[in-house]
Amino acid sequence: MTYPDDLRYSKDHEWVRADGSTATIGITSFAADELGDIVFVELPEVGAALKQFAAFGVVESVKAVSDLFAPLSGTVSEVNARLQTEPELLNSDPFGDGWIAKVDVADGDELKALLDADGYAKLTS
Amino acid sequence: MSVTERPAAPAGAPSDGDASGRGAAFSSAVGGEELRVVQPLIFASSRPGRRDVRFPKPSDAAQAAAASQLELPAEALRTAAARLPEVSELDLLRHFNRLSHLNHAIDLGFYPLGSCTMKYNPKVNEWAARLPGLSESHPLDPPELSQGSLEIQWLLAELLREISGMAAVSLQPAAGAQGELTGLLMARAYHRSRGEGEQRTTVLVPDSSHGTNPATATMVGYRTITIPSNERGGIDLAALREALGSDTAALMITNPSTLGMFEDQIDQVVAAVHEVGAIAYMDGANLNAILGRFRAGDAGFDVMHFNLHKTFSTPHGGGGPGAGPVGVSERLAPFLPEPVPVLVEGSPDEVKRNAWAGRTTPGARFALEAEGTREQSIGKVRAFAGNFGMHLRAYTYIRSNGDAGLREVSDDAVLAANYLRVRLTDAYDLPYDRICKHEVVFSGRRQKREHGVTTLDIAKAILDYQIHPPTIYFPLIVEEALMIEPTETESLETLDRFVAVMHEIAERAARDPAALRAAPTTTPVGRLDEASAARRPDLRHDFGTA
Repeated sequence: MTYPDDLRYSKDHEWVRADGSTATIGITSFAADELGDIVFVELPEVGAALKQFAAFGVVESVKAVSDLFAPLSGTVSEVNARLQTEPELLNSDPFGDGWIAKVDVADGDELKALLDADGYAKLTS
Repeated sequence: MSVTERPAAPAGAPSDGDASGRGAAFSSAVGGEELRVVQPLIFASSRPGRRDVRFPKPSDAAQAAAASQLELPAEALRTAAARLPEVSELDLLRHFNRLSHLNHAIDLGFYPLGSCTMKYNPKVNEWAARLPGLSESHPLDPPELSQGSLEIQWLLAELLREISGMAAVSLQPAAGAQGELTGLLMARAYHRSRGEGEQRTTVLVPDSSHGTNPATATMVGYRTITIPSNERGGIDLAALREALGSDTAALMITNPSTLGMFEDQIDQVVAAVHEVGAIAYMDGANLNAILGRFRAGDAGFDVMHFNLHKTFSTPHGGGGPGAGPVGVSERLAPFLPEPVPVLVEGSPDEVKRNAWAGRTTPGARFALEAEGTREQSIGKVRAFAGNFGMHLRAYTYIRSNGDAGLREVSDDAVLAANYLRVRLTDAYDLPYDRICKHEVVFSGRRQKREHGVTTLDIAKAILDYQIHPPTIYFPLIVEEALMIEPTETESLETLDRFVAVMHEIAERAARDPAALRAAPTTTPVGRLDEASAARRPDLRHDFGTA
């Protein structure tokens, strides 16, 4: 299994696409496959403060209900409202249309605590 | 009987040969998928004006009087009659009877659904619950006319006290989850009574606990902290000690855990919890493994709940309702829900001695504690005494087994689970390979990795053998989990057939994985699209343009 090179990954199976002071976050294809068909996503509110590695939302699949853990700290500036009616995007396109939230990054140094694509591939192999 | 042999269809079940088409099983290609229509919707047999019971038409005066008393605003009133199906009583009866035959039930076949204790519910329970003197009693009857019902409530609470070693018991909660809620509300009331309500904000829950535990903590307003398991499937004591503090309100632990493991560090766990002034809660859902062998009260727990519909053989699901009494230690007793059944006059020992000998005690008098007696009570959690019909069944079960019988229940439940553990280890991975209690958790990861057959496929394949699948994908800490709880009420032959079925499925996974991915093929409906049903539930009947 390989993962996009331009992302950073948390051990909780979330990804970050950093772009200056903003970042997009989501769950990895590995997480989506393990969860199985996702049927519901509880998104954070715009303006919510995220803390790195703390829970910020919930994802429910036919198998289980799991917390979403923030891969980095910051303030939510936008959420992917499509997920409310099309939670299957998390399964079909986890790194693209299945993004979860955009965040104003609090501390760019936190990215150093995350894995690169190779490191994440090793973690999940 | 070979493992693939099918029993005869139950009488009244739809057959292929029903020329009328009503209830006939047939296949049709719809949307490229085989769809087995077994019983049409009841709307299909609806005919205008057809009725089962004809009610007399109310007089104009009565209708006018009723209309004038309506408190609903005009815009909330129907303008057209509801389009209910219009059928005869006979068609109605046949429709639902046929549907019921399509269901799997413990009275039809093996049901090893882990964590649910799907044991046989003895019919003597039903006899007792239907005795007219009990079934026709009313909770508003005055106490002098309810002495029998009150005595049974008092005796059941006494029996549960003895079984659990707790100081006092409330029968009120209507289900295990409500028992949990009641328990944590009492814990909160206890902390508040000591001026520590603000300070204690967290509830610790091991990752091998029941999913209801964190839900309960959240409902009561606490933050849940998950405590990891160690490599033996017990609680990680170091992690527990690290998480415990002056902000801890309670620990909720399921013992035996959802891994089917008894927590053998339980004394250290309870001591650590008490050291920081927190409440020790034991989820009693898995009590079926430890009757007569371990008592939560002896271990120092402050509160536990009982699932009468699991351990004490009252009906599950559609046959319910549930019942989830709670037992508490001395320090939580003042906070119990009101009212508690009490013996007002007479000696408790004499009343019990007589009751066990099948006699009533002359002069003994029972009552519900007067309102206000328990000043610190958290209040009522359920109308009257709770689900009294379930109390009767559980009481009957306990009395018909006796103390030696209940110990044997647990011994046999544990023996059956360990029999399956040993017989199935060659075919399925066993993540926690040691003696288990009443249930055993396997992993389907080998089948997934080597043959692309998931635990879901295995569960669906089991249906083709007229066996209800085990619990799957739970506990969450086991990959591809298959959680099997055979219970004590199954014969060795049934267990052996299950072993043969599981071996055959493992063998088929290697030989013909595609067939397992297509299972089940013999059930009324095949692989359902559970994801779409959950994502876009549409429960309305579409009449079309008619």
